[in-house]
Amino acid sequence: MSDIYIAKSNFRGVIERLMGRYRVCAPVKNGSSHDFAPIEDPSEADLGFRNSRLSPKGIFHPQAECMFDYNLAGEDPQAGILTEARKDFSPQVVLGIRPCDAKAFRLDDANFDTDSLKDPWWVRRREATTLIGLACDDPCSTCFCISMGGGPYDTAGLDVLLLDTGEGYAAQVLTERGKNTLEATSGWSSVPSAISALTLEKKAAAEQRIGQAFDPAILVQKDMIELFKSPIWEEVQFACINCGACTFLCPTCWCFDIQDEVCADKGERLRLWDSCMFPLFTLHGSGHNPRSQKVQRVRQRFMHKLKYYQDKYNSGPACVGCGRCVQACPVNIDIRQVGRLMASPGCSCPA
Amino acid sequence: MNNPYLPYPVRIDSIVTETEDRNLKTFKLVFLDGNHEKEFAYIPGQFAILSVAGLGEIPIGIATSPSERGFIKFTVNKVGKVTSRLHNMKAGDVMGVRGPMGNSYPWDLLEGKNVLIIGGGFAFTTLRSSIVYMIDPKNRSRFGNIDVVYGARSPGLLLYKDELAQWERRSDINMHITVDGTDDPNWQYNVGFVPVITRQKAPSAENCYAIICGPPIMIKFTLPVLTELGFPPERIISSLEMRMKCGIGICGRCNIGAEYVCKDGPVFTLERLSKLPDEY
Repeated sequence: MSDIYIAKSNFRGVIERLMGRYRVCAPVKNGSSHDFAPIEDPSEADLGFRNSRLSPKGIFHPQAECMFDYNLAGEDPQAGILTEARKDFSPQVVLGIRPCDAKAFRLDDANFDTDSLKDPWWVRRREATTLIGLACDDPCSTCFCISMGGGPYDTAGLDVLLLDTGEGYAAQVLTERGKNTLEATSGWSSVPSAISALTLEKKAAAEQRIGQAFDPAILVQKDMIELFKSPIWEEVQFACINCGACTFLCPTCWCFDIQDEVCADKGERLRLWDSCMFPLFTLHGSGHNPRSQKVQRVRQRFMHKLKYYQDKYNSGPACVGCGRCVQACPVNIDIRQVGRLMASPGCSCPA
Repeated sequence: MNNPYLPYPVRIDSIVTETEDRNLKTFKLVFLDGNHEKEFAYIPGQFAILSVAGLGEIPIGIATSPSERGFIKFTVNKVGKVTSRLHNMKAGDVMGVRGPMGNSYPWDLLEGKNVLIIGGGFAFTTLRSSIVYMIDPKNRSRFGNIDVVYGARSPGLLLYKDELAQWERRSDINMHITVDGTDDPNWQYNVGFVPVITRQKAPSAENCYAIICGPPIMIKFTLPVLTELGFPPERIISSLEMRMKCGIGICGRCNIGAEYVCKDGPVFTLERLSKLPDEY
């Protein structure tokens, strides 16, 4: 299937037809920002956004989800035996996801979907989902996707990429799944040649607006122990209040907790987002805590994203440069600055 | 797709109180479905996640050896919510087990070698598994001499006392049981801290691997003794503990540098640990 063009006047109809076949998640205005949410009417989807406040990771890895149910009533022969909670794995479309967030899912796959161990819920949701991306023409000052190996028009991890041409969307069909999904709709035509030239111009303009942050490849060469012991961490951690906002907004922070909740005789085992910023995250039953100090927790977050992940998976960093942590940090800790400090020769005192 | 978070249902067959302070109990568990026992094929040194519906899960070393069939055992120290509930459960109660998890002691490397086992306090569970495995008639000829240094603060805090006595009587394993101190006039074994007894009793480091598990203070003072005795870092093996949730390298909390203790460990050689940040 070659690329297609959808006039904006037809776009509502395209969403409607998608909704006839799929659950559709799209950016929905939520106060002064946008978040991805299931939509019930095409008008709820608002593609006039820069990026969502929360990353869309919750679509595959919900902030809180029931893993198992159980009964504790003594007379029940199944008492205390866990059974899988019912979940909806029917086909879904995520519409309007930004290239950085789609790339993040690929990075998260390295954790949830390996040859030896598969997280069944992550994998099944991923398999059921078509990602229809939306290229960025208006990147934020905090965006640094290009430094992390992505870009405002990057197609990695997407099934379809939509390019806003003003009057309509040019859609690059990238995968078989993307093709099948679009074929369930109608109301589109082939891409007019003038628009092809226009999108190339817009792509170059968007890329130019995104600054260079730091080169993560330098960190691969650095010795892990030396980076770990570097004095930069005292400086980096100084202002941090361990609020965890960075980890909750980050599309590649996947850490979770498992907790049981009981109401009368009915119980649930829940999986909940967790954060390496919290001391409880690593507290042993004995009281010992390998990361009891703030400096250890701050170091863990940056080392994991920018060094451990690269070393473990032989890949780029576990950061896509979406800039959410930079925007949301209440004390202005900036991962771009931390990356530069880590990559600096000798990795010593901040410039 | 198998769900790695779903525990196998098991029934508590029996519970033994191991220590005089009553803080350690050994739970003998039987799978409700015999097929699950086959799926739960483990190697000494691995651990499992014990699940108590309504309270949560804990990672615990497997105390039995695969040469023991029909049941698995876990020795649990009472420290928190899940372990306290476990200590109040009784034979016949149903709970759950997930696993087996983690790597194991490196049995391929240990083959044909002498083995020195050093344990302290209640960190003797996977060491018990290893001893039972090695002295099993099917396996004993695969290993050279076996020496065991096992210490606790007092005689009443030693685990598996009946088995220790049995092993003392065997000629194919050299036991060096010790306590930090005792006022028992009939105590017939050693008195002294584990590092001291290790220095006195350890075999030659030649062709020998050391496996050491115990409280951090014991490990701290025993490692220099092993080095002095000529054990190189690649032949000193230890098993680490961490707070864990998933047990399968996904939930993110038990890392040391780029390694997850639950999946890439819990067994590490000293050589491998020396290449990781000192954060455990």
